[in-house]
Amino acid sequence: MERPVWAPHGIDLTRPSVARMYDYYLGGSHNFEVDRAAARTALEVWPDLPMIMRANRAFMRRAVRFAVDSGIKQFLDIGSGIPTFGNVHEVARAAAPDARVVYVDHDPVAIAHSEAIVADDDQTSVLQADLLKPDDIIGSEAVQRLIDGGEPVALMLVALLHFVGDQDSPRDIVARLRDALPPGSCLILTHATNEGYADPADEERDVYKRMGSPLIMRTRQEVLSFFDGFEVVDPGVVFYSQWRPDAADEEDPARYSGYAGFGLKR
Amino acid sequence: MSQVPPGPWAASAARTDDGSADDGIRRFAAIWSRVIDPYTATSMTRAELEEHLLPLTRRLAAILESVPFDVRPAKDIGRAMVQAHCTDPQVLSQSLTVIDAYLLLYRPPAESLPPEAARGHLARLQHAFAAGFAEALRDRTLAEQEAIAHASLAAQARAERALHASEARFRALFEGAAIGIGISDLEGNILDVNETLARMFGGRVEEFRTRNVNEFMHPDDAPHVWKQYRELIRGERDHYRFEKPYFTHNGSAVWTNLTVSLIRDQNGTPQYQVAMMEDITERKLLTDRLRYQATHDPLTGLGNRALFFERLAEAFDSGDESTRLGLCYLDLDGFKAVNDSLGHEAGDRLLVAVAERFTGCLTGRNQLVARMGGDEFVALVVDPDCPEEVAGLARRFLAALDAPVRIDGRELSVTVSIGLLECTAASMKAAQMVQAADITLYRAKAQGGNRLAVFDAEANAREITRYGLTTRLPAALEEGEFFLEYQPLVALGDGRVMGAEALVRWRHPQQGVLGPDRFVALAEQTGLIVPLGYWVLEQACRQARAWQLELEQGAPRINVNLSVRQARNPGLVNDVARILKETELDASSLHLEITESALIGAEDQALDALRELTDMGIGLALDDFGTGYSNLSYLRRIPVHTLKIDRSFISGLQHPDAPGNPRDEKIVAGLVSLAHTLDLAVTVEGVETELQAERMRALQCETAQGWYFARPGPPDRITALCAAGADRWTGGACA
Repeated sequence: MERPVWAPHGIDLTRPSVARMYDYYLGGSHNFEVDRAAARTALEVWPDLPMIMRANRAFMRRAVRFAVDSGIKQFLDIGSGIPTFGNVHEVARAAAPDARVVYVDHDPVAIAHSEAIVADDDQTSVLQADLLKPDDIIGSEAVQRLIDGGEPVALMLVALLHFVGDQDSPRDIVARLRDALPPGSCLILTHATNEGYADPADEERDVYKRMGSPLIMRTRQEVLSFFDGFEVVDPGVVFYSQWRPDAADEEDPARYSGYAGFGLKR
Repeated sequence: MSQVPPGPWAASAARTDDGSADDGIRRFAAIWSRVIDPYTATSMTRAELEEHLLPLTRRLAAILESVPFDVRPAKDIGRAMVQAHCTDPQVLSQSLTVIDAYLLLYRPPAESLPPEAARGHLARLQHAFAAGFAEALRDRTLAEQEAIAHASLAAQARAERALHASEARFRALFEGAAIGIGISDLEGNILDVNETLARMFGGRVEEFRTRNVNEFMHPDDAPHVWKQYRELIRGERDHYRFEKPYFTHNGSAVWTNLTVSLIRDQNGTPQYQVAMMEDITERKLLTDRLRYQATHDPLTGLGNRALFFERLAEAFDSGDESTRLGLCYLDLDGFKAVNDSLGHEAGDRLLVAVAERFTGCLTGRNQLVARMGGDEFVALVVDPDCPEEVAGLARRFLAALDAPVRIDGRELSVTVSIGLLECTAASMKAAQMVQAADITLYRAKAQGGNRLAVFDAEANAREITRYGLTTRLPAALEEGEFFLEYQPLVALGDGRVMGAEALVRWRHPQQGVLGPDRFVALAEQTGLIVPLGYWVLEQACRQARAWQLELEQGAPRINVNLSVRQARNPGLVNDVARILKETELDASSLHLEITESALIGAEDQALDALRELTDMGIGLALDDFGTGYSNLSYLRRIPVHTLKIDRSFISGLQHPDAPGNPRDEKIVAGLVSLAHTLDLAVTVEGVETELQAERMRALQCETAQGWYFARPGPPDRITALCAAGADRWTGGACA
């Protein structure tokens, strides 16, 4: 049965959180035993996860800088999770001190933590909202206040859409967000895949599935389709480590099990 | 990955050994950053990391060069690693390896320090670095744990506040709702109800919390309400909706518009049921009252025509074609007389009394008596228990009126005629059934009333034909389907054609030519006899005038029948005068024939009219004399010229060899003698044989009519007979 709209989302700390597991993979301690237990289970079947997460993180850093270099100073990071070290506002601020960031997540703990971190930062704000209701995000007070509608915006959907099944029409959601962006904005996106690499991910998927956040692997073509209405910059939608790397990487790029891309809205 | 890159780095470091000291520092930082980079999750690129490590490398080198040797700053450098987000234990391990292998190589210690002492300093530096890293990591871990705990508490508090606000809103909604709301578990135990619901039942909220949904049955519950309730609590349906009555605390009924919904948990397992009800008692009562008014007769309180047809339709629509139905169509006998003589108020009271008696005859819920209107009632029996049930009911209706009804101290005797019909729903349609019972009723009426007639298909068919003729009559007159034939009246003395009786015929498009016996009575009933009669009169007068113009002296007079209604029609005299004028016929050439029944009960006014007609010179004949009361007083009161003796007296005289019925002959003789005494002429009808003609002549009847002389025929037959002269029928007798 559909939840009545007036019933608030509860907090269940006995269930692992995707955001806190991510923090654990990155070496953080913003997590509880239940998160670590789930993460350890995932690691058993997919020991590359921390490496993958770091590569995803590294792509995000490169992409944010690329966006700043392209003249974009406003960031809408949906699915921001626990903003630990190397988060968007730090990276962006390092390149452009006047950069503004809105973090969006639906995890109430992640939101509370983000609020604590950016409490004194008037260039950053935090919004609890659901990607599945893009109009709630676009129309939110936080976005209206911080994002200048005339200036380009970097829409960030990093490691997020692989938690959205086709039944929720993720392409329509991205399109709705895209339409709200002014020209010159960009989409920064990463997505899990099992293309090009032996699939260890079934069990991994099970872990997330049991958490209520099933992991959906998509092909390169499918990921590319999220960029509908964007011009994908070189080198296109590629494995994380192949996207404008800073340094040579000897690792098999497919091992990162994820595609990354950067699209510009004309 | 965990190994320090070999050869080239060492070689290159060795080569630059003689170069600037800072070059060695830079090389060390490059190796260090490369080795730990895979284990960091910083926002720095590797080049940035290298830049970040450069000052740390300088400080490490400075510690080795410090005099006196002070290892404490190494702790800060270990801390700095953690602060730079290099928290993975592998960072510590790799860093110690790099320090151990390369720091002395790229920053050789002072010459004064023996190599063993330098190694010792390096070891102590590593210990301090490791301690600093561990301390910082512990601090950071605790701080982050603290932060996330705070965050979750904050989130929880916020969620609870939201939940509380939401519950408060819900509570307000529940308490303040204008509709009654009740929540119960799946066993039907009521958990909570709101004030509105309690008020609706006239009780207090607490009283409901000990009760069970199953206690709220009501005899007027819709048939499926509890079935759907069971389906709901089994999880087979999510809601149901009914108009449902409840007993209030004082025992009266509250009618509600009830909606019950099933509440499931996140897994879809049924948890609670929520009932929402709106008090529709007033609306329901109003609707019921309006419906009652629409389906009941306000005078007698019986069901009305609409209710009867509704029940009949239900019986026909029940889907079971073998359903047997019984119908009694009832009509009070002589009710109009009561209404006319005692007034409508008495009539109404009589109807109320009769309705009560009829209601008392009902014996089962499958029986209904309704008032169709006026003094007509109908009784419907759905699925009679036995073949006798319907007839038994009809007999009880008849018997119910045995005792007179007392109205205003007056005892009124009233009887009823009943048409009874039984059939299956499959055998006829509802409207047919009612019509058939109605027609059957008229058979009971025609047989004198106060009786029961049972449906008979053949009798009904005849009645339907009759009815068909009746409805066709007006159009027939309009479209000229009537025509006249003429039968001569012959003088028995000399055989002359004295006159001709005009006889009306109907050339029916389907049934051919019909005689007056088929339709005159119908025309009398419907009143059409008046225009038809005038049409006949006008045609006949016109014909008589035509004969006069054609035959001059020998032209016959014309006899035209005047019906009962015509005779009493106030415009009679004027109309006859007008017709005579229009057809230019002199009054003495017209004889009007009236029957005795036209005179019975006639007002003086009507008798005056007849006198006026004879004053005008019109002859008057009393038709069918001897069959009615033969009340001679009329002969005194009106100026009759001729008696027409009915054919029934003549038919007895038909055997040429037998002398006939001596009594008939004596009656005729008596009548003739009476007539002659009163100075009246006599015409005999139905003369079919020469013998009969002889006898009548012998009795000195003036004129005769019958097949012996001529059958009725077209006007030119009369012309021909008149022209032919008088000798053809009298030849024998006169000779």
